[in-house]
Amino acid sequence: MPLLEAKHLGIAFGGLRALEDVNFQLEENQIMGLIGPNGAGKTTVFNLLTQVYQPTEGTIELEGKSIIGKKTYDVTRGGIARTFQNIRLFKDISVLDNVRIAMNYQMKYSALAGILRLPSYWKEERAMTERAMDLLSVFNLQDLAESKARNLPYGQQRKLEIARALAASPKVLLLDEPAAGMNPTETHELMESIQLIRDRFSISILLIEHDMSFVMGICQRLVVLDYGRIIAKGSAEEIRTNPKVIAAYLGGE
Amino acid sequence: MNRKKVTVYGVILVLILAIYAVVTGLTDAGVLNSYYSGILIMVCINIILATSLNLSTGFLGQLILGHAGFMSVGAYAAALFTLRAGLPDSIDFLVALLVGGLTAALFGLLIGIPALRLKGDYLAIITLGFGEIIRVIIINLDFTGGARGLRGIPKETNFSWVYLLAVLTVAIIFAFIHTRHGRAVISIREDEIAAEASGVNTTYYKLLAFIMSAFFAGIAGGLYAHHIGILNPSKFDFNYSVEILVMVVLGGMGSITGSVIAATVLTILPEALRDFSSYRMLAYSVVLICVMLFRPSGLLGQYEISLTRLFGKLSGSKGNKTTKNPASGGEKGA
Repeated sequence: MPLLEAKHLGIAFGGLRALEDVNFQLEENQIMGLIGPNGAGKTTVFNLLTQVYQPTEGTIELEGKSIIGKKTYDVTRGGIARTFQNIRLFKDISVLDNVRIAMNYQMKYSALAGILRLPSYWKEERAMTERAMDLLSVFNLQDLAESKARNLPYGQQRKLEIARALAASPKVLLLDEPAAGMNPTETHELMESIQLIRDRFSISILLIEHDMSFVMGICQRLVVLDYGRIIAKGSAEEIRTNPKVIAAYLGGE
Repeated sequence: MNRKKVTVYGVILVLILAIYAVVTGLTDAGVLNSYYSGILIMVCINIILATSLNLSTGFLGQLILGHAGFMSVGAYAAALFTLRAGLPDSIDFLVALLVGGLTAALFGLLIGIPALRLKGDYLAIITLGFGEIIRVIIINLDFTGGARGLRGIPKETNFSWVYLLAVLTVAIIFAFIHTRHGRAVISIREDEIAAEASGVNTTYYKLLAFIMSAFFAGIAGGLYAHHIGILNPSKFDFNYSVEILVMVVLGGMGSITGSVIAATVLTILPEALRDFSSYRMLAYSVVLICVMLFRPSGLLGQYEISLTRLFGKLSGSKGNKTTKNPASGGEKGA
């Protein structure tokens, strides 16, 4: 059984059919790429997977259970965490707090226990802070834990956003253009950390990216979208030589 | 808890007790007459109002223009309770305050559920409307005394009570902000979409902050009712809501110490300027304009005055990294 499966997924905004009959399966420990020209509907797929939008047709199943109709925060708690194309951090609070907020739902102490600083508060806060620092050190951000997220350079903000998504303990991680705006060295580093994350946290990753060397170098499988439809699926090699894909990107007869 | 933190809590506790001792000492010695102690009581009431509004405006990031409405609900509920319930004097006052707070919280819940679906300007206008509706309803009801006001409320509020409750309010809100729940509230201010994607139930936390905010406003209302002795609906108009909001903005949205300072200054300032009667409000406005020109994010912005940091600077070392909340535990030992 695949970890995440979309069947006949479609959404229409009024008369505009943004996605139609989208089918794909994400296996455990797999890194899958979602590519396609601008406006093909890639981010819309992410918004459907996190239930920001409700699909007009089709189903999405995580471990065999439908997630349609759930609230976005419930989807995250259920195991699908994401990053955003244009970074959305909690800018005016500390890097550490950014990560700790995503751990909020995994803690138990009540508001009253927190205000009264009962032992459960200290115990859970300490455990959480430790876990958050561990996560930050995966991305080499541990020394910046106390600085405001706003003050981080661009590349590190991207990393922090991934760290925050991981803090929600997902089974599936959705990365929306993680390498956008990065230079080749940073992109290369990012490739390594994404593979590292997959192995260390044993999660599956679905990513949108335009940098083809990045996508080809890291993804085991690719799905190509164009005008809201899947035009090709397969390994990097198959996609590279697929005439439909070439036509979609370069224009064809 | 490490030793540095215990020291900080200790110092805060001593400071709180010292201020209290000085004020009561001066009152007993006759230096502070009833006019001055009246102002001090209003300072404390306004501190409760400003810090509680800061929770929903500064930390949750929602513009609320009807805080005086919640205060009036609490004031009338508490006053009517004291007048009608006839409990023994010893517990009467405290129960009345609690009734005031809970009634205001209930109104917060009822208004919050529909209103918090809206954002920004729209929410501001809804809460403004709520404040006005409450006032008009109070004027037109019989058991609230209508436009003539509610009279004969026993004057049970004294400096000790308002001071204790102001300290408690500040401590509770400060402590709340540094729990997982408080962080969830702040994440909504920072980016609601990202908060939702991080597993934060935004509707729940918006309501929680809004209700807490209304609860403390209700307590402040109860204190006010038992301080003045007469409730007049016209006191709780739009202007008073704005006055509280000005305290929050001036002190810095998201800074509790800022709210405390601004509430103190803005309550004392108009009284101190009483000698220049006709220029009084002019000077007040000039002060506000100057602060907004030179410190647009308020006196303190989101900065908190922290003894932990101060001690760290004095001893030349960096303060403990994870403890930035000195005001929290100290008061609870009191």
